[in-house]
Amino acid sequence: MNWIGLTGFGFVILSAILMASLAFLRRKSTPVFREIPAFARLRKAIGLAVEEGSRLHISLGRGGLTTPQSAAELAGLEMLHRVAELTSASDRPPVATSGDGAVAILSQDALKASDQAVLSSGDDVTAARLTGLTPFSYAAGTLLVMREEEVSANILIGNFGVEVALLTDAAERENSSSLAASDNLPAQAILYASAQDALIGEELFAAGAYVKARPFHSASLIVQDSLRWLVVIAILVGAILKLAGLL
Amino acid sequence: MKLKGLFSTAIAIATGLIVLVGYFVELPLLVNLRITILNWAIILAALALFIGLFNLLAVHADKVRSKKKGGFYSLILILAMLVTLALGLWLRPDHSLMAMIFNAFQLPVEASLMAMLVVTLTYASIRLLRRRSNLISVIFLVTALLILLGSAPLPFIGSLPIVSDMIRPFIAQVLAAAGARGILIGVALGALTTGLRVLFGAERPYGGM
Repeated sequence: MNWIGLTGFGFVILSAILMASLAFLRRKSTPVFREIPAFARLRKAIGLAVEEGSRLHISLGRGGLTTPQSAAELAGLEMLHRVAELTSASDRPPVATSGDGAVAILSQDALKASDQAVLSSGDDVTAARLTGLTPFSYAAGTLLVMREEEVSANILIGNFGVEVALLTDAAERENSSSLAASDNLPAQAILYASAQDALIGEELFAAGAYVKARPFHSASLIVQDSLRWLVVIAILVGAILKLAGLL
Repeated sequence: MKLKGLFSTAIAIATGLIVLVGYFVELPLLVNLRITILNWAIILAALALFIGLFNLLAVHADKVRSKKKGGFYSLILILAMLVTLALGLWLRPDHSLMAMIFNAFQLPVEASLMAMLVVTLTYASIRLLRRRSNLISVIFLVTALLILLGSAPLPFIGSLPIVSDMIRPFIAQVLAAAGARGILIGVALGALTTGLRVLFGAERPYGGM
Protein backbone atom coordinates (compact mmCIF):
# COMPACT_ATOMS: atom_id res chain seq x y z
CA MET A 1 0.00 0.00 0.00
CA ASN A 2 1.43 3.43 -0.93
CA TRP A 3 1.30 6.40 1.43
CA ILE A 4 -1.81 7.91 -0.22
CA GLY A 5 -3.70 4.63 0.23
CA LEU A 6 -2.44 4.34 3.79
CA THR A 7 -3.55 7.92 4.59
CA GLY A 8 -6.99 7.21 3.06
CA PHE A 9 -7.38 3.99 5.03
CA GLY A 10 -6.25 5.77 8.21
CA PHE A 11 -8.80 8.53 7.53
CA VAL A 12 -11.62 5.99 7.17
CA ILE A 13 -10.57 4.07 10.31
CA LEU A 14 -10.28 7.32 12.32
CA SER A 15 -13.73 8.40 11.17
CA ALA A 16 -15.23 4.99 12.04
CA ILE A 17 -13.70 4.99 15.54
CA LEU A 18 -14.80 8.59 16.18
CA MET A 19 -18.33 7.90 14.96
CA ALA A 20 -18.76 4.71 17.00
CA SER A 21 -17.41 6.37 20.18
CA LEU A 22 -19.55 9.49 19.79
CA ALA A 23 -22.68 7.46 19.02
CA PHE A 24 -22.07 5.42 22.19
CA LEU A 25 -21.37 8.48 24.37
CA ARG A 26 -24.34 10.45 23.05
CA ARG A 27 -26.85 7.61 22.92
CA LYS A 28 -29.02 9.12 25.66
CA SER A 29 -28.66 12.82 24.95
CA THR A 30 -30.99 14.75 22.67
CA PRO A 31 -29.12 15.81 19.53
CA VAL A 32 -28.86 19.56 18.92
CA PHE A 33 -28.17 20.81 15.39
CA ARG A 34 -27.62 24.27 13.96
CA GLU A 35 -30.86 25.64 12.55
CA ILE A 36 -31.30 25.26 8.80
CA PRO A 37 -34.53 27.08 7.76
CA ALA A 38 -35.14 24.63 4.89
CA PHE A 39 -35.62 21.74 7.32
CA ALA A 40 -37.96 23.75 9.55
CA ARG A 41 -40.13 24.43 6.48
CA LEU A 42 -39.90 20.77 5.47
CA ARG A 43 -41.22 19.62 8.86
CA LYS A 44 -44.08 22.09 8.46
CA ALA A 45 -44.79 20.78 4.94
CA ILE A 46 -44.87 17.19 6.24
CA GLY A 47 -47.34 18.18 8.98
CA LEU A 48 -49.53 20.02 6.47
CA ALA A 49 -49.53 17.06 4.06
CA VAL A 50 -50.74 14.75 6.83
CA GLU A 51 -53.49 17.20 7.85
CA GLU A 52 -54.66 17.93 4.30
CA GLY A 53 -54.43 14.33 3.10
CA SER A 54 -52.21 15.42 0.24
CA ARG A 55 -49.18 13.59 -1.00
CA LEU A 56 -45.45 14.15 -0.57
CA HIS A 57 -43.19 13.42 -3.48
CA ILE A 58 -39.62 12.28 -2.88
CA SER A 59 -37.47 12.24 -5.97
CA LEU A 60 -34.25 10.28 -5.53
CA GLY A 61 -32.48 11.38 -8.69
CA ARG A 62 -30.96 9.26 -11.38
CA GLY A 63 -27.80 7.96 -9.73
CA GLY A 64 -27.22 4.26 -9.29
CA LEU A 65 -25.95 2.25 -6.35
CA THR A 66 -22.95 0.91 -8.26
CA THR A 67 -21.81 4.39 -9.29
CA PRO A 68 -19.78 7.02 -7.37
CA GLN A 69 -23.08 8.83 -6.74
CA SER A 70 -24.36 6.02 -4.52
CA ALA A 71 -23.85 8.04 -1.28
CA ALA A 72 -26.31 10.69 -2.51
CA GLU A 73 -28.81 7.94 -3.34
CA LEU A 74 -28.36 6.41 0.12
CA ALA A 75 -29.00 9.82 1.68
CA GLY A 76 -32.16 10.09 -0.43
CA LEU A 77 -33.35 6.63 0.62
CA GLU A 78 -32.77 7.54 4.24
CA MET A 79 -34.85 10.68 3.82
CA LEU A 80 -37.61 8.67 2.11
CA HIS A 81 -37.71 6.24 5.00
CA ARG A 82 -37.94 9.04 7.59
CA VAL A 83 -40.65 10.90 5.65
CA ALA A 84 -42.65 7.69 5.19
CA GLU A 85 -42.46 7.11 8.95
CA LEU A 86 -43.58 10.66 9.73
CA THR A 87 -46.51 10.54 7.29
CA SER A 88 -47.68 7.12 8.41
CA ALA A 89 -50.82 8.70 9.88
CA SER A 90 -51.74 10.18 6.51
CA ASP A 91 -54.35 8.67 4.19
CA ARG A 92 -51.94 8.87 1.29
CA PRO A 93 -48.39 7.48 1.46
CA PRO A 94 -45.59 9.44 -0.16
CA VAL A 95 -44.73 8.74 -3.78
CA ALA A 96 -41.08 8.10 -4.67
CA THR A 97 -39.49 8.46 -8.09
CA SER A 98 -36.03 7.40 -9.23
CA GLY A 99 -34.00 6.82 -12.37
CA ASP A 100 -32.31 3.55 -11.45
CA GLY A 101 -33.77 0.06 -11.12
CA ALA A 102 -32.02 -0.84 -7.86
CA VAL A 103 -32.93 2.49 -6.23
CA ALA A 104 -36.57 2.01 -7.32
CA ILE A 105 -36.66 -1.41 -5.66
CA LEU A 106 -35.05 -0.06 -2.48
CA SER A 107 -37.46 2.88 -2.36
CA GLN A 108 -40.38 0.46 -2.62
CA ASP A 109 -38.81 -1.46 0.24
CA ALA A 110 -38.31 1.71 2.31
CA LEU A 111 -41.98 2.61 1.90
CA LYS A 112 -43.02 -0.91 2.86
CA ALA A 113 -40.77 -1.03 5.90
CA SER A 114 -41.68 2.35 7.35
CA ASP A 115 -44.63 1.28 9.51
CA GLN A 116 -48.09 -0.25 9.79
CA ALA A 117 -50.09 2.54 8.12
CA VAL A 118 -47.75 2.60 5.19
CA LEU A 119 -47.66 -1.18 5.15
CA SER A 120 -51.31 -1.17 4.24
CA SER A 121 -50.38 0.42 0.95
CA GLY A 122 -46.95 -1.15 0.75
CA ASP A 123 -48.01 -3.55 -1.96
CA ASP A 124 -48.91 -0.64 -4.21
CA VAL A 125 -46.20 -0.83 -6.87
CA THR A 126 -47.06 2.66 -8.07
CA ALA A 127 -45.88 4.25 -4.79
CA ALA A 128 -42.25 3.87 -5.85
CA ARG A 129 -41.66 4.41 -9.54
CA LEU A 130 -38.87 4.22 -12.04
CA THR A 131 -39.68 7.21 -14.22
CA GLY A 132 -36.88 7.12 -16.79
CA LEU A 133 -33.33 5.97 -17.32
CA THR A 134 -31.73 8.96 -19.07
CA PRO A 135 -31.53 12.39 -17.40
CA PHE A 136 -34.29 14.04 -19.39
CA SER A 137 -36.58 11.01 -19.68
CA TYR A 138 -36.30 10.77 -15.89
CA ALA A 139 -37.25 14.44 -15.56
CA ALA A 140 -40.14 14.03 -18.04
CA GLY A 141 -41.53 11.02 -16.15
CA THR A 142 -41.18 12.78 -12.81
CA LEU A 143 -43.00 15.88 -14.08
CA LEU A 144 -46.09 13.70 -14.64
CA VAL A 145 -46.02 12.49 -11.04
CA MET A 146 -45.71 16.06 -9.75
CA ARG A 147 -48.73 17.13 -11.81
CA GLU A 148 -51.06 14.18 -11.38
CA GLU A 149 -50.63 12.98 -7.80
CA GLU A 150 -51.93 15.98 -5.80
CA VAL A 151 -48.45 16.60 -4.44
CA SER A 152 -48.21 19.33 -1.80
CA ALA A 153 -44.43 19.21 -1.28
CA ASN A 154 -41.53 17.88 -3.30
CA ILE A 155 -38.30 16.65 -1.78
CA LEU A 156 -35.68 16.27 -4.49
CA ILE A 157 -32.71 14.59 -2.90
CA GLY A 158 -30.06 12.49 -4.65
CA ASN A 159 -28.02 12.75 -7.80
CA PHE A 160 -29.48 15.26 -10.28
CA GLY A 161 -27.97 17.13 -13.18
CA VAL A 162 -29.11 20.35 -14.83
CA GLU A 163 -32.48 18.72 -15.66
CA VAL A 164 -33.51 19.37 -12.05
CA ALA A 165 -34.49 22.92 -13.12
CA LEU A 166 -37.48 21.42 -14.98
CA LEU A 167 -38.61 19.74 -11.75
CA THR A 168 -38.28 22.82 -9.54
CA ASP A 169 -40.08 24.88 -12.19
CA ALA A 170 -42.93 22.34 -12.26
CA ALA A 171 -43.17 22.49 -8.46
CA GLU A 172 -43.48 26.28 -8.64
CA ARG A 173 -46.21 26.02 -11.28
CA GLU A 174 -48.15 23.48 -9.23
CA ASN A 175 -47.92 25.72 -6.14
CA SER A 176 -46.19 22.98 -4.21
CA SER A 177 -43.11 23.59 -2.11
CA SER A 178 -39.73 22.14 -3.03
CA LEU A 179 -36.68 21.24 -1.00
CA ALA A 180 -33.82 20.13 -3.20
CA ALA A 181 -30.29 18.82 -2.82
CA SER A 182 -27.82 17.24 -5.22
CA ASP A 183 -24.20 16.13 -5.04
CA ASN A 184 -23.63 17.55 -8.52
CA LEU A 185 -22.06 21.05 -8.61
CA PRO A 186 -23.89 22.54 -11.64
CA ALA A 187 -27.16 21.19 -10.23
CA GLN A 188 -26.45 22.90 -6.88
CA ALA A 189 -26.00 26.24 -8.64
CA ILE A 190 -29.26 25.72 -10.52
CA LEU A 191 -31.08 24.68 -7.35
CA TYR A 192 -29.89 27.80 -5.55
CA ALA A 193 -31.63 29.88 -8.22
CA SER A 194 -34.71 27.76 -8.85
CA ALA A 195 -35.71 25.76 -5.75
CA GLN A 196 -37.64 27.25 -2.87
CA ASP A 197 -35.19 25.67 -0.46
CA ALA A 198 -31.83 24.38 -1.64
CA LEU A 199 -29.29 22.41 0.37
CA ILE A 200 -25.70 23.12 -0.57
CA GLY A 201 -22.70 20.79 -0.27
CA GLU A 202 -22.70 18.29 2.57
CA GLU A 203 -26.10 19.47 3.87
CA LEU A 204 -27.50 16.79 1.54
CA PHE A 205 -26.04 14.08 3.76
CA ALA A 206 -27.38 15.66 6.95
CA ALA A 207 -30.98 15.70 5.71
CA GLY A 208 -32.00 12.39 7.31
CA ALA A 209 -30.65 13.49 10.70
CA TYR A 210 -32.59 16.77 10.61
CA VAL A 211 -35.87 14.99 9.88
CA LYS A 212 -35.48 12.32 12.54
CA ALA A 213 -32.18 12.03 14.39
CA ARG A 214 -30.68 8.93 15.94
CA PRO A 215 -27.39 8.73 17.90
CA PHE A 216 -25.42 7.60 14.85
CA HIS A 217 -26.73 10.50 12.78
CA SER A 218 -25.71 13.16 15.26
CA ALA A 219 -22.35 11.38 15.72
CA SER A 220 -21.78 11.33 11.96
CA LEU A 221 -22.51 15.07 11.71
CA ILE A 222 -19.99 15.83 14.47
CA VAL A 223 -17.41 13.59 12.74
CA GLN A 224 -18.13 15.34 9.44
CA ASP A 225 -17.55 18.77 11.04
CA SER A 226 -14.37 17.60 12.83
CA LEU A 227 -12.95 16.10 9.63
CA ARG A 228 -13.73 19.31 7.78
CA TRP A 229 -11.65 21.26 10.31
CA LEU A 230 -8.88 18.69 9.94
CA VAL A 231 -8.90 19.18 6.16
CA VAL A 232 -8.95 22.99 6.57
CA ILE A 233 -5.92 22.83 8.89
CA ALA A 234 -4.12 20.45 6.49
CA ILE A 235 -4.75 22.81 3.55
CA LEU A 236 -3.53 25.86 5.54
CA VAL A 237 -0.42 24.03 6.79
CA GLY A 238 0.26 22.83 3.23
CA ALA A 239 -0.07 26.38 1.89
CA ILE A 240 2.26 27.77 4.58
CA LEU A 241 4.85 25.02 3.93
CA LYS A 242 4.61 25.69 0.20
CA LEU A 243 5.10 29.43 0.77
CA ALA A 244 8.10 28.71 2.99
CA GLY A 245 9.55 26.51 0.23
CA LEU A 246 9.51 23.38 2.41
CA LEU A 247 7.04 21.45 0.20
CA MET B 1 -35.12 -6.67 14.37
CA LYS B 2 -36.44 -9.84 12.74
CA LEU B 3 -34.13 -12.76 11.91
CA LYS B 4 -34.36 -11.93 8.20
CA GLY B 5 -33.31 -8.35 8.96
CA LEU B 6 -30.39 -9.54 11.10
CA PHE B 7 -29.24 -11.88 8.36
CA SER B 8 -29.39 -9.25 5.61
CA THR B 9 -27.65 -6.70 7.87
CA ALA B 10 -24.82 -9.16 8.64
CA ILE B 11 -24.33 -9.97 4.94
CA ALA B 12 -24.39 -6.30 3.95
CA ILE B 13 -21.88 -5.26 6.63
CA ALA B 14 -19.55 -8.20 5.83
CA THR B 15 -19.56 -7.54 2.06
CA GLY B 16 -19.16 -3.80 2.65
CA LEU B 17 -16.13 -4.41 4.87
CA ILE B 18 -14.55 -6.84 2.37
CA VAL B 19 -14.94 -4.33 -0.47
CA LEU B 20 -13.63 -1.44 1.66
CA VAL B 21 -10.59 -3.30 3.05
CA GLY B 22 -9.94 -4.93 -0.35
CA TYR B 23 -9.72 -1.46 -1.86
CA PHE B 24 -6.92 -0.36 0.47
CA VAL B 25 -5.11 -3.61 1.37
CA GLU B 26 -3.70 -5.31 -1.71
CA LEU B 27 -3.85 -8.93 -0.54
CA PRO B 28 -4.61 -11.18 -3.58
CA LEU B 29 -7.42 -13.01 -1.75
CA LEU B 30 -9.10 -9.76 -0.66
CA VAL B 31 -8.69 -8.12 -4.07
CA ASN B 32 -10.21 -11.16 -5.84
CA LEU B 33 -13.09 -11.25 -3.37
CA ARG B 34 -13.70 -7.52 -3.87
CA ILE B 35 -13.77 -7.89 -7.67
CA THR B 36 -16.12 -10.89 -7.46
CA ILE B 37 -18.53 -9.04 -5.14
CA LEU B 38 -18.48 -5.96 -7.38
CA ASN B 39 -19.23 -8.14 -10.43
CA TRP B 40 -22.18 -9.67 -8.58
CA ALA B 41 -23.38 -6.15 -7.75
CA ILE B 42 -23.23 -5.16 -11.43
CA ILE B 43 -25.24 -8.27 -12.44
CA LEU B 44 -27.82 -7.55 -9.74
CA ALA B 45 -28.04 -3.90 -10.84
CA ALA B 46 -28.78 -5.06 -14.42
CA LEU B 47 -31.50 -7.38 -13.11
CA ALA B 48 -32.91 -4.54 -10.99
CA LEU B 49 -33.07 -2.41 -14.13
CA PHE B 50 -35.25 -5.05 -15.76
CA ILE B 51 -37.54 -5.14 -12.70
CA GLY B 52 -37.65 -1.34 -12.82
CA LEU B 53 -38.89 -1.50 -16.40
CA PHE B 54 -41.71 -3.79 -15.28
CA ASN B 55 -42.55 -1.20 -12.63
CA LEU B 56 -42.72 1.49 -15.33
CA LEU B 57 -44.94 -0.80 -17.40
CA ALA B 58 -47.21 -1.53 -14.41
CA VAL B 59 -47.64 2.18 -13.58
CA HIS B 60 -48.63 3.08 -17.14
CA ALA B 61 -50.77 -0.04 -17.65
CA ASP B 62 -52.68 0.99 -14.51
CA LYS B 63 -53.26 4.46 -16.01
CA VAL B 64 -54.58 2.94 -19.24
CA ARG B 65 -56.78 0.43 -17.39
CA SER B 66 -58.33 3.01 -15.05
CA LYS B 67 -58.81 5.46 -17.97
CA LYS B 68 -57.02 8.24 -16.09
CA LYS B 69 -56.21 11.57 -17.71
CA GLY B 70 -53.25 11.11 -20.05
CA GLY B 71 -53.94 7.40 -20.42
CA PHE B 72 -53.51 7.67 -24.18
CA TYR B 73 -49.91 8.84 -23.74
CA SER B 74 -49.31 5.92 -21.39
CA LEU B 75 -50.59 3.58 -24.10
CA ILE B 76 -48.14 5.10 -26.60
CA LEU B 77 -45.34 4.69 -24.05
CA ILE B 78 -46.20 1.01 -23.49
CA LEU B 79 -46.40 0.29 -27.22
CA ALA B 80 -43.13 2.12 -27.94
CA MET B 81 -41.42 0.32 -25.08
CA LEU B 82 -42.60 -3.12 -26.18
CA VAL B 83 -41.76 -2.54 -29.85
CA THR B 84 -38.27 -1.21 -28.99
CA LEU B 85 -37.66 -4.11 -26.61
CA ALA B 86 -38.76 -6.68 -29.19
CA LEU B 87 -36.64 -5.07 -31.92
CA GLY B 88 -33.65 -4.87 -29.58
CA LEU B 89 -33.94 -8.55 -28.68
CA TRP B 90 -34.43 -9.58 -32.30
CA LEU B 91 -31.93 -7.31 -34.10
CA ARG B 92 -29.48 -6.73 -31.18
CA PRO B 93 -28.76 -3.23 -29.80
CA ASP B 94 -25.92 -2.42 -32.25
CA HIS B 95 -28.17 -2.79 -35.34
CA SER B 96 -28.55 0.34 -37.52
CA LEU B 97 -32.34 0.40 -36.99
CA MET B 98 -31.83 0.58 -33.22
CA ALA B 99 -29.42 3.47 -33.68
CA MET B 100 -31.95 5.13 -35.97
CA ILE B 101 -34.72 4.76 -33.36
CA PHE B 102 -32.48 6.40 -30.77
CA ASN B 103 -31.34 9.21 -33.08
CA ALA B 104 -34.81 9.91 -34.48
CA PHE B 105 -36.88 9.77 -31.29
CA GLN B 106 -34.90 9.84 -28.06
CA LEU B 107 -32.23 12.35 -29.05
CA PRO B 108 -34.50 15.13 -30.43
CA VAL B 109 -36.88 14.87 -27.46
CA GLU B 110 -34.02 15.12 -24.97
CA ALA B 111 -32.46 17.99 -26.96
CA SER B 112 -35.81 19.83 -26.87
CA LEU B 113 -36.03 19.42 -23.12
CA MET B 114 -32.45 20.70 -22.83
CA ALA B 115 -33.44 23.75 -24.89
CA MET B 116 -36.39 24.36 -22.57
CA LEU B 117 -33.88 24.70 -19.75
CA VAL B 118 -32.73 28.05 -21.18
CA VAL B 119 -36.19 29.52 -20.68
CA THR B 120 -36.64 27.79 -17.31
CA LEU B 121 -33.31 29.06 -15.96
CA THR B 122 -33.87 32.62 -17.19
CA TYR B 123 -37.26 32.62 -15.50
CA ALA B 124 -35.73 31.13 -12.33
CA SER B 125 -33.09 33.89 -12.25
CA ILE B 126 -35.78 36.55 -12.44
CA ARG B 127 -37.74 34.84 -9.65
CA LEU B 128 -34.65 34.50 -7.45
CA LEU B 129 -34.62 38.16 -6.42
CA ARG B 130 -38.33 38.02 -5.60
CA ARG B 131 -37.91 34.87 -3.49
CA ARG B 132 -34.61 35.64 -1.76
CA SER B 133 -33.80 39.30 -2.02
CA ASN B 134 -30.51 39.29 -0.13
CA LEU B 135 -26.88 40.13 -0.83
CA ILE B 136 -25.95 36.54 -1.79
CA SER B 137 -28.66 36.46 -4.45
CA VAL B 138 -27.41 39.75 -5.90
CA ILE B 139 -23.82 38.43 -5.97
CA PHE B 140 -25.09 35.20 -7.60
CA LEU B 141 -26.88 37.07 -10.38
CA VAL B 142 -24.11 39.61 -10.98
CA THR B 143 -21.56 36.76 -11.21
CA ALA B 144 -23.77 34.85 -13.67
CA LEU B 145 -24.15 38.03 -15.76
CA LEU B 146 -20.39 38.71 -15.78
CA ILE B 147 -19.62 35.12 -16.83
CA LEU B 148 -22.23 35.36 -19.62
CA LEU B 149 -20.85 38.68 -20.86
CA GLY B 150 -17.30 37.37 -20.69
CA SER B 151 -18.08 34.09 -22.47
CA ALA B 152 -20.25 35.11 -25.42
CA PRO B 153 -19.12 37.82 -27.87
CA LEU B 154 -21.69 40.60 -28.26
CA PRO B 155 -23.02 41.64 -31.71
CA PHE B 156 -21.06 44.57 -33.25
CA ILE B 157 -18.82 44.83 -30.19
CA GLY B 158 -17.27 41.36 -29.96
CA SER B 159 -15.56 40.33 -26.73
CA LEU B 160 -15.71 42.87 -23.93
CA PRO B 161 -12.08 43.82 -23.18
CA ILE B 162 -11.75 43.67 -19.38
CA VAL B 163 -14.67 41.35 -18.69
CA SER B 164 -13.58 38.52 -21.01
CA ASP B 165 -9.80 38.88 -20.44
CA MET B 166 -9.59 39.46 -16.71
CA ILE B 167 -12.85 39.29 -14.77
CA ARG B 168 -14.29 36.07 -16.26
CA PRO B 169 -11.05 34.02 -15.95
CA PHE B 170 -10.55 35.32 -12.40
CA ILE B 171 -14.10 34.37 -11.36
CA ALA B 172 -14.05 30.98 -13.14
CA GLN B 173 -10.52 29.86 -12.36
CA VAL B 174 -9.91 31.35 -8.92
CA LEU B 175 -13.13 32.14 -7.04
CA ALA B 176 -15.39 29.46 -8.57
CA ALA B 177 -12.66 26.78 -8.55
CA ALA B 178 -11.89 27.45 -4.88
CA GLY B 179 -15.58 27.39 -3.93
CA ALA B 180 -16.20 24.25 -5.99
CA ARG B 181 -13.30 22.44 -4.31
CA GLY B 182 -14.62 23.43 -0.90
CA ILE B 183 -18.08 22.09 -1.75
CA LEU B 184 -16.60 18.90 -3.22
CA ILE B 185 -14.55 18.27 -0.06
CA GLY B 186 -17.74 18.71 1.97
CA VAL B 187 -19.63 16.31 -0.32
CA ALA B 188 -16.80 13.74 -0.06
CA LEU B 189 -16.86 13.92 3.76
CA GLY B 190 -20.64 13.57 3.74
CA ALA B 191 -20.37 10.56 1.44
CA LEU B 192 -17.77 9.01 3.76
CA THR B 193 -19.93 9.37 6.88
CA THR B 194 -23.02 8.12 5.01
CA GLY B 195 -21.07 5.04 3.90
CA LEU B 196 -19.87 4.45 7.45
CA ARG B 197 -23.44 4.69 8.80
CA VAL B 198 -24.44 1.96 6.34
CA LEU B 199 -21.39 -0.13 7.32
CA PHE B 200 -22.29 0.20 11.01
CA GLY B 201 -25.83 -0.92 10.20
CA ALA B 202 -27.25 2.38 11.53
CA GLU B 203 -28.89 2.81 8.13
CA ARG B 204 -30.20 -0.20 6.30
CA PRO B 205 -31.42 0.69 2.82
CA TYR B 206 -31.39 -3.01 1.92
CA GLY B 207 -34.57 -4.01 3.74
CA GLY B 208 -36.22 -3.52 7.09
CA MET B 209 -34.52 -0.16 7.82
